[in-house]
Amino acid sequence: MSIVTAPLDEPLQPEPRKRRKLSVAWLLIGFAVFMLLMSLLRVATGANDLNSSGTIRATIIAAIPIGLAGLGGLWSERAGIVNIGLEGMMILGTFGAGYFGYFYGPWQGVVGAIAFGAIGGLLHAIATVTFGVDHIVSGVAINIIGLGAVQYLAVLAFTGVPGGGQTQSPRIDDLPSVTISALSNPLGDLEQKHWFLVSDLAAFVRAFVNNLSLLTLISLALFFFTYWVLWRTTFGLRLRSCGESPAAAESLGVNVIRYKFIAVLISGGFAGLAGGFLALVASNTFREGQTGGRGYIGLAAMIFGNWRPSGLLAGAGLFGYTDTLRLRGGGESIHGLMLLIAVLLLLVAAWQWRKANRISALVSAILGIVVAVWFFATESVPEDLTGMTPYLTTLLVLALASQRLRMPAADGKTYRKGSAG
Amino acid sequence: MTNATLKRLSLVIGAPVLALVTAFLITSLVLAVAGDSVSGVWGQILSLPTPRGYVNIINSATVYYLSAVAVAIGFRMNLFNIGVDGQYRIASFVAAIVAGEAWLPGYLNTVFAVLAAMLVGAAWAGIAGILRVTRGVSEVISTIMLNAIATVVVAYFLRKAAVEHKGSNTIATKEIPEGSRVPGFTWSEDVPAKIYGFVLVAILVGILYWVIINKTRFGFDLRATGLSETAAVASGIDVKRMVLVSMLLSGAIAGLVGMPLLFGNDYSYGSTFQSGLGFAGIAIALLGRNHPVGIALGALLFAFLDEQSNPLQILLDVSPDIVKITQGVIVLTVVIAYEVVRRNGIRLEQRSVANALEDEAPKEEVKA
Repeated sequence: MSIVTAPLDEPLQPEPRKRRKLSVAWLLIGFAVFMLLMSLLRVATGANDLNSSGTIRATIIAAIPIGLAGLGGLWSERAGIVNIGLEGMMILGTFGAGYFGYFYGPWQGVVGAIAFGAIGGLLHAIATVTFGVDHIVSGVAINIIGLGAVQYLAVLAFTGVPGGGQTQSPRIDDLPSVTISALSNPLGDLEQKHWFLVSDLAAFVRAFVNNLSLLTLISLALFFFTYWVLWRTTFGLRLRSCGESPAAAESLGVNVIRYKFIAVLISGGFAGLAGGFLALVASNTFREGQTGGRGYIGLAAMIFGNWRPSGLLAGAGLFGYTDTLRLRGGGESIHGLMLLIAVLLLLVAAWQWRKANRISALVSAILGIVVAVWFFATESVPEDLTGMTPYLTTLLVLALASQRLRMPAADGKTYRKGSAG
Repeated sequence: MTNATLKRLSLVIGAPVLALVTAFLITSLVLAVAGDSVSGVWGQILSLPTPRGYVNIINSATVYYLSAVAVAIGFRMNLFNIGVDGQYRIASFVAAIVAGEAWLPGYLNTVFAVLAAMLVGAAWAGIAGILRVTRGVSEVISTIMLNAIATVVVAYFLRKAAVEHKGSNTIATKEIPEGSRVPGFTWSEDVPAKIYGFVLVAILVGILYWVIINKTRFGFDLRATGLSETAAVASGIDVKRMVLVSMLLSGAIAGLVGMPLLFGNDYSYGSTFQSGLGFAGIAIALLGRNHPVGIALGALLFAFLDEQSNPLQILLDVSPDIVKITQGVIVLTVVIAYEVVRRNGIRLEQRSVANALEDEAPKEEVKA
């Protein structure tokens, strides 16, 4: 049907496309649609844990390390340095948090995490900026070094310490947290009513006023801080110009090498903090293998977010959410989520069909139908298979979205001083 | 001119040596700062291996070699197949099932299982290839995700396919029948340990890799695409097809990685099957500069470091993880050293060209 009618509806001369910016209004509308969808889904599937305040709280805790790692990626890639070493830097961060957190105190742990991550960043900066080594090669090496170093250091630091061992630290003291009980309690009551939309909103707000770690708040603030620095200050403009066109930047007097170096150092600090968050807030101990590939997922979240903090936050939220569902509701919640995925895929198919992308429309439609059939044919997803939800979501999202993404123009390219000629 | 070439050659040989020395220095620094005995650790690592140690080194080098060749195929055309890790694990699992079921007799069963492994490895890598070609998804991210998915999928099906093994509480697939196992060579009469028969396959793969890359049209297209995609397109190479084919090829070789272990040592796929070989392969491919001989040397070096560091915990109370730092640092220093050498090489060449032009210039003036 749309084959014939669609072209007639549209003006013959295509208007110059307006650039749609992600303004506050759009964010609010997106959020409202999202809440509506989620409450619909909850009522439709009866999986009440899909968006309880507990789930949202856990989502925040799961999303922040991914988001912080993604911010690390954002800082360095905006300056033109691909950072696949985020995982290694995060691992270094978990140890920094464990060591300084246990021996000196939790806030010192935060500083230790950032410092250890920055050491990884320093290595990456020396290799890629100073020596012009391929960015991915250096990142892979840093992942190997980070893992090896932490395994070696953990044996030295925690063997024989009471409650610690070769692969984990003893319990670290809690960071202070905030609860606004005047809001938390009534909202909790409201949530228990399971009213359509009202309870869902209550649950969402309650997650932010009940027992929230200070580090969580600081981390959330860092997203806005990053946006402000990179897009609203001269420093940020110069830094981004190094990622878009270093030759032009240098011809205007920007010290490209220095900016790139600083960006990669900050990137390492963020990745370290992401690891520190895992050790200090998410679990209270340092454990080997704690990161579980979150550095890579952070990188994927950043790509999903089109190299912007707001998109990255949404991406991190999505991965955090799928990861949380897996841990909490397990098979049943993931099963509920499948309906949403099926609907979204079919919507994408319709949209692609309208844009005359027949093949991608067909692929999306087939995938959507498969997921829908799977949803209606089964009662629950096997517990063992729920572990791949975040990774599968990443792949799916990238497959659907990657063609609309634009990375910094000179991202991943080695720049040598004086190339401006 | 010849002088410059000679200088460049000495730099090329000097680079890996310089990188190794730097890596040893950095490792020593870490050891010293951590308060472990620097001389004791190096004394152990740089001592001569035991006869059994030699066998172990060759065996793990065989596995590393296959993994690194799989990675190198991608590297030659700027494709980063980080997913060798997932590809070899899922392929080994399928091969273990196929070989364990023993639908065919004797070595036919072995060949069938190995082919199945290559097919599965290629298919798993092919997902990333298709996503890259049709949807523009970076293969770096997609292969990393596929690694994680492979872990979950294998764990799930392993639990379904697992059989009871007497006297062991780890789960594993059905054992491969005696007749389908690949026998090894003995090193000498007094050493019972055997070298994997698959070492021959690894050598064959190395030769084939060299021939395909250097002596065929496909190899030329591959290298051309890796050096300059725009130039490749201009000369009529279908880059998308090249991406897909090299991804499939890389995955097929990745499927072979677990075979020496499966048919020469473990005889089944269980939760204790060696993991992380794919990441070691990336490091070794970089170390060997994607050259079949270079990769072999890199694989032997990594296997040597692994084997020699094993007794550190017992002898000196030092964690053997220290060599992982060494290995990572080697990768970094090697690429840095090559980069420095490359820049110096370019500078030398420019100088020699400038000199040649200066010699040439007066003659032209005379003519004019």
